[in-house]
Amino acid sequence: MSKTDITKAEGDLYLENLTKSFGDFTAVDDLSLQVPQGSFFALLGPSGCGKTTTLRMVAGLEAPTAGRIRIGDADITYEKPYRRPVNTVFQNYALFPHMDIQENVGFGLKRRGIKDVDAQVADALKLIQLEQVAKRKPTQLSGGQQQRVALARAIVNRPAVLLLDEPLGALDLKLRRQMQLELKRIQTEVGLTFIHVTHDQEEAMTMADTVAVMNNGIIEQMGPPTELYESPRTAFVANFLGQSNLFPAKVSGVDGDNVVLEDSDGRFLMPKNRVADGVNLSSGSSVLVGVRPEKINIGPLDPGQEPPSHGNYVDGVVEAASFLGVSTQYEVRTAGGDAISVFAQNLDVHGLMPVASQVRLTWLPLHGFVLDGHEDINAGVESELVVG
Amino acid sequence: MSTDTATKPPVGVRVRSWFGDNALKFYAVIAFAYLLLPVAYTFVFSFNDAGRTNIVWQGFTLDNWKNPCGAPQVCESVVNSIVLALGVTIMSTILGTLIAFALVRYQFRGRGTTNLTIFLPMATPEVVLGSSLLALFLNIFVPLGFWTVFIAHVMFCISFVVVTVKARLASLDPRLEQAAMDLYANEREAFRRITLPLVAPGIAAAALLAFSLSFDDFIITNFNSGQFTTFPKFVYVSATRGIPAQANVIASAMFFIALALVLVSQIRNMRRKEA
Repeated sequence: MSKTDITKAEGDLYLENLTKSFGDFTAVDDLSLQVPQGSFFALLGPSGCGKTTTLRMVAGLEAPTAGRIRIGDADITYEKPYRRPVNTVFQNYALFPHMDIQENVGFGLKRRGIKDVDAQVADALKLIQLEQVAKRKPTQLSGGQQQRVALARAIVNRPAVLLLDEPLGALDLKLRRQMQLELKRIQTEVGLTFIHVTHDQEEAMTMADTVAVMNNGIIEQMGPPTELYESPRTAFVANFLGQSNLFPAKVSGVDGDNVVLEDSDGRFLMPKNRVADGVNLSSGSSVLVGVRPEKINIGPLDPGQEPPSHGNYVDGVVEAASFLGVSTQYEVRTAGGDAISVFAQNLDVHGLMPVASQVRLTWLPLHGFVLDGHEDINAGVESELVVG
Repeated sequence: MSTDTATKPPVGVRVRSWFGDNALKFYAVIAFAYLLLPVAYTFVFSFNDAGRTNIVWQGFTLDNWKNPCGAPQVCESVVNSIVLALGVTIMSTILGTLIAFALVRYQFRGRGTTNLTIFLPMATPEVVLGSSLLALFLNIFVPLGFWTVFIAHVMFCISFVVVTVKARLASLDPRLEQAAMDLYANEREAFRRITLPLVAPGIAAAALLAFSLSFDDFIITNFNSGQFTTFPKFVYVSATRGIPAQANVIASAMFFIALALVLVSQIRNMRRKEA
């Protein structure tokens, strides 16, 4: 394939067995994925998980140790950054301080030998709603404005793939929420492939069509945000994306479409389709049971109360209750010794259950999920705390 | 408590706050007077109708300003100094800038040692530098003159250039170059359009510094110049039999040219900020 074709390459982005090592440390480990053309793809993970290294390899700022990168049929693995149809929105924006906004945005077009760039630059500034700052210098702009200029500077080139490296990391919370919607709008409008690297799970879920959760150089799970959230396949994903109650249990048998599990608090039913792939369901094997805190029903425990028909319940004592307005967050200690978080929506059904009161927790079988028992129960918990 | 004392603080406090407000101004005036008095003296005596020695005031004249080359060798030494300083500036700026780039951008064996030795000429007394260079030139039979002074000046100016450019370069975000390459600029274009313009103020400052250091230097020059005369050397030599008033004219002119340059750049900066 001749060189002029590569700069105009388009199609899906393929990473094939991509590996990057720095000395003994493997930042990215045999990573393979396909990003469909025109989709909004998020690489989500804690810092040091290899997501930025992956991005830099796609941009051409880092050479892979092994593996291939393709856009459509064009192999760009070892192509110079300026010969790839790929543009980056850098974390700190990296706007050129000695040029005004117009010159910044027109930089890429001019380097490609396009003579009359004014109209395209004006269009790009219009897209980010910043026509009025064309003649200003980057330092005269606010953080949010600089961020949008960095976006315009990349988008104006209509790359096959647009890379965003924690683009909203430097903005405050309110502005970040606003820019998330803005980014999504622009992506829909221009229809380019966006690859968005972030450690903010909410950001990834808000914007992306597909999220890949990365940890220690590998992809733990990939899919639409709802699928990742509802059916996590690993403890890391369950804990990193939102919050999960995980507790160890043993398989005691299979009953039709349901798996029967047993732990220190009793027996539970789980539909077979809520069990992650590859989990051993033979009797006596250990598994992790997971339930999201907002899927659990909490109510005061009355003496002689009948168990729910589906049979999934545990009794416990409220250890902590924090009223958050929209919801109340309870920490419940079960009779078997597990600590379970519950988010109870403020529907005013039971009122506030005081600390030390006896409660019953119930959940529908289809609201739980089952993971392999060898998973680390706390994987991904700490990293989320550091970030949040 | 009366209203009078409530509105006016006691005398002691007022004295102290007056002193606090004005002490710095007072000190600044004295410090500047101390610094500028010799310059004022030089300027005033450039109008002295001096004759052979320019020590006693003998009457006002504009002759010295009308004919600054009137005294023997004055203008020759000034031209020598300017030519030398220009040459040294070009040479040391180019070499020093390249060294600074190497030190900041690349990891190589001996980088730490180079970093350290670059500081040596700045820390070594000039007498030591000048005399050891002289010994070197004599040992290898290099005739003293323009080129020995040139080499000596380039040697110590390089240090200052490296330090100045390095500081500027270190504060330059390498991601700007990556961003340029990401935006279709090849290595050469990224250097020309991003790196160079952003480091240019540092290089310019380094060049000005090299020029003034070279123009100004006396000790090292005196050791290594032989028959070659620079302006500082001329002033020193003629001091024994009386410095001609033309030297005052040239010194004053240099001062005002430098002042004008600083003012112009300040005004330009202020305008740019307003725009």
